[in-house]
Amino acid sequence: MSDSAHPAVHPAPTTFIRKWVFSTDHKIIGIQYYFLALVAVFTGLALSVLMRLRLAWPAESWPWLEKIFPVGFEGGVMSPEFYLAMLTMHGTIMVFFVLTTAPQGGFGNYFLPIQIGAHDMAFPVLNMLSFWVTFLSMGVMFAAFFVAGGAPISGWTAYAPLSALGEVAGPGLGSGQDLWIISIALFCVASLLGALNFITTVLNMRTKGMSLMKMPLTVWTWFTTAILALLSFPVLLAAGILLLLDRLGGTSFFIPAGLVVSDTVIENSGGSPILWQHLFWFFGHPEVYIAILPGMGVASQLLSTFARKPIFGYHAMVVAIFAIGMLGFFVWGHHMFVSGLSPFSALVFSILTLAIGVPSAIKTFNWLGTLWGGKIRFTTAMLFAIGFVSLFVSGGITGLFLGQTSVDVQLHDTYFPVAHFHMIMGVAAIFGIFGATYYWFPKMFGRMLHEGLGKLHFWLTFIGVNAIFIPMHLMGIMGQLRRYAESTEFKFMEPLQPYQEFVTFAAFVTAAAQLLFLVNFVWGMFKGKKATENPWEATTLEWITASPPPHDNFGGRELVVNHGAYEYGVPDAPRDYVMQTDPPIARTSHRDAG
Amino acid sequence: MADARVENTGLQVWGGGTLPYSVSHIKLGMWLFIVSDALTFSALLFGYSYVRISTPDWPTPFHFWPTVVFATLMTAVLLSSSLTMVLAVNAAQRGDRKWTIRWILWTAFFGAAFIVLHGLEWMGLMNQGMTLTGNPWGTPLFGATFFGITGMHMFHVFTGVVYLLAIAGGVARKRFHSEHVEVCGLYWHFVDLVWMFVFPLVYLLSVDMGA
Repeated sequence: MSDSAHPAVHPAPTTFIRKWVFSTDHKIIGIQYYFLALVAVFTGLALSVLMRLRLAWPAESWPWLEKIFPVGFEGGVMSPEFYLAMLTMHGTIMVFFVLTTAPQGGFGNYFLPIQIGAHDMAFPVLNMLSFWVTFLSMGVMFAAFFVAGGAPISGWTAYAPLSALGEVAGPGLGSGQDLWIISIALFCVASLLGALNFITTVLNMRTKGMSLMKMPLTVWTWFTTAILALLSFPVLLAAGILLLLDRLGGTSFFIPAGLVVSDTVIENSGGSPILWQHLFWFFGHPEVYIAILPGMGVASQLLSTFARKPIFGYHAMVVAIFAIGMLGFFVWGHHMFVSGLSPFSALVFSILTLAIGVPSAIKTFNWLGTLWGGKIRFTTAMLFAIGFVSLFVSGGITGLFLGQTSVDVQLHDTYFPVAHFHMIMGVAAIFGIFGATYYWFPKMFGRMLHEGLGKLHFWLTFIGVNAIFIPMHLMGIMGQLRRYAESTEFKFMEPLQPYQEFVTFAAFVTAAAQLLFLVNFVWGMFKGKKATENPWEATTLEWITASPPPHDNFGGRELVVNHGAYEYGVPDAPRDYVMQTDPPIARTSHRDAG
Repeated sequence: MADARVENTGLQVWGGGTLPYSVSHIKLGMWLFIVSDALTFSALLFGYSYVRISTPDWPTPFHFWPTVVFATLMTAVLLSSSLTMVLAVNAAQRGDRKWTIRWILWTAFFGAAFIVLHGLEWMGLMNQGMTLTGNPWGTPLFGATFFGITGMHMFHVFTGVVYLLAIAGGVARKRFHSEHVEVCGLYWHFVDLVWMFVFPLVYLLSVDMGA
C-alpha cells in the first residue's frame, strides 16, 4: 500500500515548454500562480491610485490622463461611471486574482507538497490545468477593460438587478459584465479543481511519520482553505450560471417586476435580487477566509521560527483554524443586514458572526504567547508576521461593530466597512503574502532578498496602510458614502475633504513603497546573495532540501518524520531547533509534541 | 501482544506514508468533486425553492399524462443505467473485460435514451408555449427554473455518457483497469442521485392536483 501512497513520479521535463510553460511540477505552477498574482496586484494598485486621485481632487482636470483614457477622463476629469468601473475591477482583481491566487495557488502549490514530504501534488496534470484556466480567466477579466462600454460598474459583488439587466443599466453592464461573469465562472472551476487536488494531497500523500498533528500550521490552513474553496466556489458557479441566463437567456431569476431603469420600463418579473445576495455571500463570506487563513498559517510559521519558540498552543491553533473555516459558512447574512433580512435571521447571523471572535482571539493570544519570552530575530519576514497580527487585531476588532445589526445599519454604506475589510482581508492578507515572500524567496529562487530594503519596505507599508485606513474609519462614522465618486456633492461630506486628501497622499506613498519591493524582488532573483539550504534555521521539511529543490523535491530520498513542526529550544537537543526529520531525542522530561 | 499491534495500526492509519481511507487518489478526488458538484445543484435547487416560495401564484400545470408518465419512464431508464453500471464495475473487478465493456455500453445507451426522452419532453412543453422566458400558466420563472435545472442535469448526463464511452475505449485498449470503471461509476450514480431530487421537486410538485 505504501507504494500507491505516492503517485507515479513523473520524470523531469527537458524541453522549455514542458519545463516552464505547461509544467506539471507543482513548484513551477506555484511560481506561475505567484507571478500571475504579481501582475494582478500591481494592476489593482494602479486602479486604486486612480480612484484616490478622483476622491481627493474631484474637480481637478488631468489632461494627460485623458490621453490614456479618452472615455473615462473626458475633459480630464474622471466620470463617476469610470470611477465605478475602477472600483469594480479593483475589487475583483484583488479578491480573486491576488488574495485567492497568491497564498493558495502560489505558496500552497509550492510548499504544501514539500512540507508534507510528497514528491508532487496528487494530480499534477489537473494542477497544470487549474493554473491555465485561472490564466484564461484573468485574460477574460482584463478583456472587460477594452470592450465597448468598458468594465462593469456593479462592484465586485455584481449586485443584481444592476448586473442582470444589461447595457440599459449603465456603461460596462453590456459585454463588460458578460466577460466578468464568464471570467468568474472559469475561476470557480479552476479553484474547485485546485481545491480537490490540495485535499487529496494532504490526506493521501503525507510521508511516513507526518501525522496530522505534526503538520505545519501552514499546511493546516491550506487544507482548510481548500475545503472552503471546494464547498463555496460551486455555489458561486451556480449563481453565475443563473446570472448569465438572466442576461443572455432572457430569464429573470434576479430581476423583480416593475423596474424602471434609465427611463426604460423593464419587462421582466418574478425574480429576487436578494436571491443573488444569498448565493453570492454564501460564497463571499468563506471567500474572506480563503484570503486570510493562509496568512494566519504563515504568521504562525514565521512567529515560531523567528521567536525561536514552539508555537503556543498548537492543538488550539488547529481547532481555531477549523472553527473559523466552518463558522464562515453560517454568517453570510451579516453582509445583508440592510437588504431586508427578517430581524430574527439577522439576530442569528449576528450571534454566529460574533462567535467567530472566539477562535480569532484564541489565535491572537497564541501568537502573542509565542512571542512572549522568545529570542526574537527581527528579519523582514518576522516584521511582516508581526504586522499581520497587528492588522488582524485592528481590522478584526471593527468586525465586532459591524457584526451587530443595529450598528451595521448605521455604518453599512459608509467608509467604515471599507476600512474594516481592507484592514483585515486586504492588507492583513497581503502582509501574509509579503511575509511568505520574504521567508520562502530563498527556497524558491535560491537567492536572498535584501534585508535592509525589505525593512524599509515594511515600515513604509505598515505606516502607510494605517495612515490610509484609520482615517477611513473616522470618515465612515462621520457618514462618508462608499461606492461614490462625488465626494463633494453633499454638504455634510465637504468637511471630510481634507481627510480624503490625506488618505490620497498616504496611498501614493504606500503605492510607491511597493516599487521598492519590486526592485528588491527582481534584484534578488538575479543578484541576491546565494541562499543556503536552511538560512532561517527552521524545522519544516522544505528546509532539508536544496534551494531551490530538485524536480522530485528531495532528490530521491524517502523522508521519515520524527518531530512536530515547531520544535525550537528543545532541551537536550544539539541545536536550538530540531528538524522534523532529525532522529528522536532521548529526553529527560518527555512530552509528546505530536 | 496482539492488542499492542492493533493499537499500533490504529495510529499508523493517520501517521503518514499510508492511504488513511484506503482509497486511491483518483477515487478520493472523485468523491471530493461529487461533494463540490452536489453544492452546485444544491444552490440551483435552493434558488428554485426560494423563488417558488416567494411567488404567491406558482403554477402547477403538469398532468399525469403525458408529463408524469414520461418523467417516470425517464426515471426508470436512468435507474436501469445505474444497475448496468453496477454490473460493469462488478465485471471489471472480476477481470472480465468483454462484459465490462458491454455493461458500460448498456449504461451509455440508457444515458443516451434518457437524453432523447428528455429532449422529446422538452419539445412537448415548448409546443405548449413553455420556454426559458415565459409560459402560458404564470410567472416566467416556472419555465426558467425548469429548463435551468433540468438543463444542468442533462448536461451532466451528457458529460457522463462521453465519460463512459471514453472509459469503455480505455478498457478495450487495456489502458484502464477496474478502478477507473469504479470511479466513473461513482460519477454516474451521483448524476442519477441528483435526478432523484429533481424528479420530485421539479416534476411531482408541479402536478395539477385538481380541485
